[in-house]
Amino acid sequence: MRRTYLGEFEELVLLMVAILNGEAYGVTVTQEIEQQTGRSVTFGTVHNTLIRLEEKGFVRSELGGATAERGGRRKRLFSITAYGSRTLQEIQQQRSQLWQMVPPTSLKVSGA
Amino acid sequence: MSAQVPTPPRWARWLLIRLHPEDTLEEVEGDLEELYAYWYRRGERRATFRYLLGVLSVLPPLVRRRKRKEDYYQPPSNLHPTMIRNYFKIAYRNLIKQKGYSFINIFGLGTAMAVAMLIGLWVYDELSFNQYHSNYDRIAQVMQHATFNGKVESQVANPALMGPEIREKYGSNFKYVVQASWPGSYVLSMGDNHVTKEGIYFEPDGPAMLGLRMLEGTYAGLKDPYSIMLSESVARSLFGEMDVVGKSLKVGRKYDVKVTGVYEDLPYNTSFRNVKVIMPWSLWLIDNPWAKTMTNPWGSNFSQTFVQVADKVAMNEASKRIKNVKLDNVGKEEAKYKWVVFLHPMSNWELYNEFKNGVNTGGQIKYVWMFGIIGVFVLILACINFMNLATARSEKRAKEVGIRKAVGSVRSQLVNQFFAESYLVVFLAFLVSVLLVLLLLPPFNEVADKKIEFLWENPLFWFICLLFIAITGLLAGSYPAFYLSSFQPLSVLKGTFRVGKWAAIPRKALVVVQFTVSIVLIIGTIIVYQQIQHAKNRPIGYNRSGLINMGVEKEIKDHYEAFRAELKSVGAIEEMAASNSPLTGIWNTNGGFDWEGKDPGLAVDFPNSNVTYEWGKTIGWKVKEGRDFSRDFATDSSAFIINEAMKQFLGFKNPVGKILKWEGEPYTIIGVVSDIMAESPFYPVRPSLYHINSDNLQNLTLRLNPAKSPSQSVVQIEQIWRKYVPNVPFHYQFVDQQYGSKFASEERIGKLSAYFAVLAILISSLGIFGMASFVAEQRTKEIGIRKVLGASVLNLWQLLTKDFALLVLFSCVIATPIAYYYLNDWLQGYDYRVTISWWVFVVSAIGALLITLLTVSFQSIRAALMNPVKSLRSE
Repeated sequence: MRRTYLGEFEELVLLMVAILNGEAYGVTVTQEIEQQTGRSVTFGTVHNTLIRLEEKGFVRSELGGATAERGGRRKRLFSITAYGSRTLQEIQQQRSQLWQMVPPTSLKVSGA
Repeated sequence: MSAQVPTPPRWARWLLIRLHPEDTLEEVEGDLEELYAYWYRRGERRATFRYLLGVLSVLPPLVRRRKRKEDYYQPPSNLHPTMIRNYFKIAYRNLIKQKGYSFINIFGLGTAMAVAMLIGLWVYDELSFNQYHSNYDRIAQVMQHATFNGKVESQVANPALMGPEIREKYGSNFKYVVQASWPGSYVLSMGDNHVTKEGIYFEPDGPAMLGLRMLEGTYAGLKDPYSIMLSESVARSLFGEMDVVGKSLKVGRKYDVKVTGVYEDLPYNTSFRNVKVIMPWSLWLIDNPWAKTMTNPWGSNFSQTFVQVADKVAMNEASKRIKNVKLDNVGKEEAKYKWVVFLHPMSNWELYNEFKNGVNTGGQIKYVWMFGIIGVFVLILACINFMNLATARSEKRAKEVGIRKAVGSVRSQLVNQFFAESYLVVFLAFLVSVLLVLLLLPPFNEVADKKIEFLWENPLFWFICLLFIAITGLLAGSYPAFYLSSFQPLSVLKGTFRVGKWAAIPRKALVVVQFTVSIVLIIGTIIVYQQIQHAKNRPIGYNRSGLINMGVEKEIKDHYEAFRAELKSVGAIEEMAASNSPLTGIWNTNGGFDWEGKDPGLAVDFPNSNVTYEWGKTIGWKVKEGRDFSRDFATDSSAFIINEAMKQFLGFKNPVGKILKWEGEPYTIIGVVSDIMAESPFYPVRPSLYHINSDNLQNLTLRLNPAKSPSQSVVQIEQIWRKYVPNVPFHYQFVDQQYGSKFASEERIGKLSAYFAVLAILISSLGIFGMASFVAEQRTKEIGIRKVLGASVLNLWQLLTKDFALLVLFSCVIATPIAYYYLNDWLQGYDYRVTISWWVFVVSAIGALLITLLTVSFQSIRAALMNPVKSLRSE
């Protein structure tokens, strides 16, 4: 069975959406990535990735209510779908399986 | 830090709003603003920089577009059969709703297409002239250039030795060399059945060279001198059946010949279309024994030569090789004319048949161009109408576009809708044009002297028609389709939408183009007719009413006096004379003249005709000096009567009594007569002379008795003719008709340009009529208000008419120099021509203006008479 391919950055954004748990939108995801990973990302990258994730069915979105803080403009709030969370879990499971197969000596860098 | 929320740079936001996709703009704008505040905490400059980077990263093409909901399922195509049916249904309803507009469009475009199609068919016919012959591109006529008094003249007449000489010396260059006679009329007899048919004498290779399609017999049918090949029509009219090979008949009431072949009649667009029977050149030589016994066979040109170049030889190469054929064979006296023999290819016979000073200068091709351009113009005029009416209506349809969009129409559907309408009109117009062409072909063929048929089976023709429909539909439909469909429904429906003042400029320019073309055609027609009338009014030197002309038969020659006396005694004619050339032609020109004081280097070639004594009395020429021929003077057999052009040429102050030597024989000039217009009335009359001789009389000219009706006299003449010549069909022509045929080609141009002028005016008027009606409709309210405020009908009429009148006047200004240039150029081709007078331009301008005013006034007066209560009541 072919799994939908999830890129590295996509995985990261998807994780952030899961972490933010209903509070995820462009601003929070950008800030979260910066704070948690120290990576500096352009807004457009995040925006595009969120749209792509939604097209692939990993997240769903809806427009939130009007808020006073940003000139009354609505936010688009993202939340993870069942498919999205299953995919994340599968990835994690696979990783940990693979981790277990790594012989302990192999990660020791010689001469270190 | 101030409590004030920091705001990002305005211009960056402006950029975002302009360029970011609309559906995600709100969220992105909000997000970026929030982020800006977040970044701002770490410095304004840094925040601005990151904000800009953020904005840039969500501008196309970097930004990913959010798919709309409807994109997730397949929307029905705008070209679904149901939609297409709907487009045409609505298009049809629109046509029906606006009958006047539809009529103008369909009829105008249909007429123009019909004209273009007729012209196209004509051009096709001209270009495919002679292509019936399978060796079309390898056949040529042998012609000669000769230099007379410094001017190079080109002629098709050759010595009879030309063909044999070319065959002998340059034979390897040619597949066939065929010596031929002039085409002429011959009496064919089958017992008591006599018919006169046009025929020609060919050497044996003629039929093979022309690639005749043989129905019976073979190409080898001209080997025996006493044979004849018939066209299918002649075979049927003579024998009433086919299968005639081997049957015998009599030619020229002299020679018994056997039918050796029957060929398919040549189509009308071939040079040999009139040749109905072909006889062997060897029979011609038997009939004309002098051709073999003449002392100077290279000095006399009385036959034609045709060749087909060999397959691997280029036409111009062959032409160069044979150029000295004649010069190598003539003596010193002839050599001074610098004879150059050359080939005139069959592909040029019809369209490039004019030579000026030894150079092929074209011919009919100029009319192919002229009418081709007119055809294109007429079409463009009609397309302009079509587009103009569409733009004029655009404001009206703008509301429709708004409503359609408001209820959910996609732009591409509107585009399709407008195209469906234009294609429906174009297609209907095409049907109209095909009907019109079928209707107009017979009279058109008559005027153009053609036998053109509708090309039902020609794929190229249908391809061009389809292409034309496609292009016209696209051109005419593209304006409403793309411009109207772009309207914003909100602004249109609110009524704030206004067509800019520049929108009318292209429309006006198109009207100017239309009227310029129309006015040029009007001026052209007037001047062509003036030129014809100018030439018709020229004095012709004799009285042509009641004169008839017929051929002389041997029996008439034998009993000339008895025949004449009998016709006079029954009162059928007043007088009769015989001559070599007819009144309306020159059949004979000769050199070898000498007189006192002649420049020895001067080469002369005078038209001359031998006549009988009553010639002058019959035709009614005007003797200016001296006297007419008379039987009372025995010396008149060696006397000349000259025309005034000759008097001028010789430069004698008192020519009467002077001596003119002809081949050494002295002739006395006894009289000078006014110039007789024997050749083209557009050119000067050549110096000519007349003398008494009964040797070579070929034409009878009879002056009918004016006291009787011509038909009565002709019946009497025929009865007497039958008594003398029982076995030659009686055939005569009125001289004034023969004379009239000299104007045929000019009258044809006149008629055609008159037709086209009328059509152009009609089409332009239709267009203007449609535009005026829309303008009047648009300004209904304005007119109403003006009326309420006290404007008179005259004021309003002026208001609505002025614009159009100005456009037409402007067209006149443009048309005048164009017309002057082309017509002046056309008239330069005639020696005897009318001068272009200023009033022609004024009359054309007034005519065009009157037509415009009439057309527009109908609409403007109707609008001006409308009750303002009615026009202001709505809304």
